[in-house]
Amino acid sequence: MNIGHASARSNGESIIRIRDLVFRRGRRTILDGINIDIHRGSIVAFMGPSGVGKTTILRLISGQLRPDSGTVEVNGHRVSAMSDRDLQRFRRNIGVLLQDGALFTDLTVFENIATPVREHTDLPEPLVRRLVMSKLAAVGLGGTEERMPHELSGGMARRVAFARAVVLDPDIMLYDEPMTGLDPIAVSTIRTLMRETNDTLGQTSIVVSHNVTQVRQFADYCYIIASARIAGEGPPETLAASSEPSVDQFMNGRVEGPIPFHYQPPGAPWGLLD
Amino acid sequence: MRANYKVELASGIFLLLGIAALVWLATRATDYGQDIGEDTYTISARFSNVGDLRDRAPVKIGGVTVGLVESISLDPVSFEAVVAMSVDSRFDEIPSDTGASVLTSGVLGDRYIGLEPGGAPDMLQDGDELFITQSALVLEQVIGKYLFNAGKSEEEK
Amino acid sequence: MAAESTVMARLTGPVSEAGRCLLFLLRMLSGIRPRAGQVLSVLQQTYLIGARSLVIIMICGFFVGMVLSLQAINALEQFGASDQVSLLVGKSLFRELGPVLTALLFAGRAGTSITAEIGLMKATNQLEAMELMAIDPVQRVALPRFLAGVISVPLLTAMFSALAILGSVVFAIGVMGLDAGIFWSKLQNGVYFQKDFVGGVWKSLVFGGIVSLVAVYFGYSAKPTGAGVGTATTNTVVLSSVLILVFDFIMTSFLF
Repeated sequence: MNIGHASARSNGESIIRIRDLVFRRGRRTILDGINIDIHRGSIVAFMGPSGVGKTTILRLISGQLRPDSGTVEVNGHRVSAMSDRDLQRFRRNIGVLLQDGALFTDLTVFENIATPVREHTDLPEPLVRRLVMSKLAAVGLGGTEERMPHELSGGMARRVAFARAVVLDPDIMLYDEPMTGLDPIAVSTIRTLMRETNDTLGQTSIVVSHNVTQVRQFADYCYIIASARIAGEGPPETLAASSEPSVDQFMNGRVEGPIPFHYQPPGAPWGLLD
Repeated sequence: MRANYKVELASGIFLLLGIAALVWLATRATDYGQDIGEDTYTISARFSNVGDLRDRAPVKIGGVTVGLVESISLDPVSFEAVVAMSVDSRFDEIPSDTGASVLTSGVLGDRYIGLEPGGAPDMLQDGDELFITQSALVLEQVIGKYLFNAGKSEEEK
Repeated sequence: MAAESTVMARLTGPVSEAGRCLLFLLRMLSGIRPRAGQVLSVLQQTYLIGARSLVIIMICGFFVGMVLSLQAINALEQFGASDQVSLLVGKSLFRELGPVLTALLFAGRAGTSITAEIGLMKATNQLEAMELMAIDPVQRVALPRFLAGVISVPLLTAMFSALAILGSVVFAIGVMGLDAGIFWSKLQNGVYFQKDFVGGVWKSLVFGGIVSLVAVYFGYSAKPTGAGVGTATTNTVVLSSVLILVFDFIMTSFLF
């Protein structure tokens, strides 16, 4: 995957635009002036150390959180300015795959996938059934519709969650660590599903991940977030070869570098001899 | 939802059992049907001593509760205890010359008002007063009287 | 200055928590709609919450009835008033022991399971997933459980009391040989429908509301970790129990 590939797939139009985003939680500034452009049809990865705020950006895009300042625009609409009703319509068009799948444990596989359909459409029951079963077959799990989530293996559960996320053929997909905790085969399966669905449906996908190896295999473009800012951006190969210290430290998994080893409490620096 | 029908059935049975228990308790373990309703009228009576009669003590005719004591107050002029009672409107044919006594339920029981129906042709109305009254028997006074009489008969011997 | 602010924080903390809880209740109630989906959900929860508490309630009720009769007869025998046992048992059951004990048992068995279930759903991101599907988790998850609790507690109280009376019958009549006719007539004449029975029903409704509200609220506001869920379930039992007893006093003083 290189720049040429990405721009061939996308038409260069940026459908998610984030400008000067600032987000604070209590005294901590989590995001300090973030600028992001996501082009239609591409798969973009957000990477960075744990806890840096990658999931927070996802939540700002989906409208679950409001920024302290700055704008988040999707398809030209300001997400932070949306009313609840607008948000509802907006979310119909976004598919989300949360960490660990987040399947509803008290519903069957079928019911899980059917939930967004029943909630957002008025389709009659036979059509709902047809839709759910086709998505289930597309992820290779036809026949599991009556099983409960706890009866499934990790990889299968993740695929069901994937089916639930794409059941209404959304234009935008948000993935929060979709491959974390899966065995290598399951990882490849999810990666393949992500890529194929993105290309077939003409989706735009954002993937939060901290697995550099995996990201290099599917992402068109990456943003590395560290210390509340964008430390680097670009196609994965370009970033891997970057000489910028934070980017280099992260992409190559080094302990030494600008991202500190020692925990820094907010306020005065801590010293062993204090 | 899984096992839809079974769950519905089970919760339906639970609801039925619960309601059945409520109904059984209400009818078999309380004085349902004999209780004092909302519709009442007020009558009063004066006593020289009401003992430890309390508010909400029952008012009974022949042992059956027909009302409750509403209030007990003191007439500052005659120093009599004025007892106001609310009687269930179901019992609207109590003769106007009915007598009221302060009785005790059993040996150790609570005080209550017992009504002895008279024979007058007119019935009690709201606000009427009962004029035939019998005050409470206070144990110490009874014993005192007994001792006094016993002492007197000893003297006479 | 620092000391002042912690005292203020200690005071305003619980007060604002109570405020949040009240707002939560209003948010739940605003979503009540007689839709088939919601009714089915409430029924299902009634089974999971109420019916599954049934066994423990019935067993405890039976034994409470028996021990109450035992104590009552012990005490009344000294006055030769053993046949008042059914009256004593009946009144104390309907007015106090039935509603209070049932509610406490319910808080321990069902309240904790509600809190744990909701807290776990929060920790595994299920509630967040619902929000992203534009489903209000408060109304999809919390409301049915709340309503199921409010419906179940009075019914469970009735069954507790019924079994307690049965226990009393078994002990007083079966074991101690009291006359069955006297037992039932004292009970039926002495226990007042309006005051004792209806008062007890009001209490059980209020208690059911309290336990259910506390359980769903603490589950919903739990910290999304294992320890957080554990703390939340403990808090549910503790706070429910305290509130039950506090409101018992309040209601008793103006009901009886």
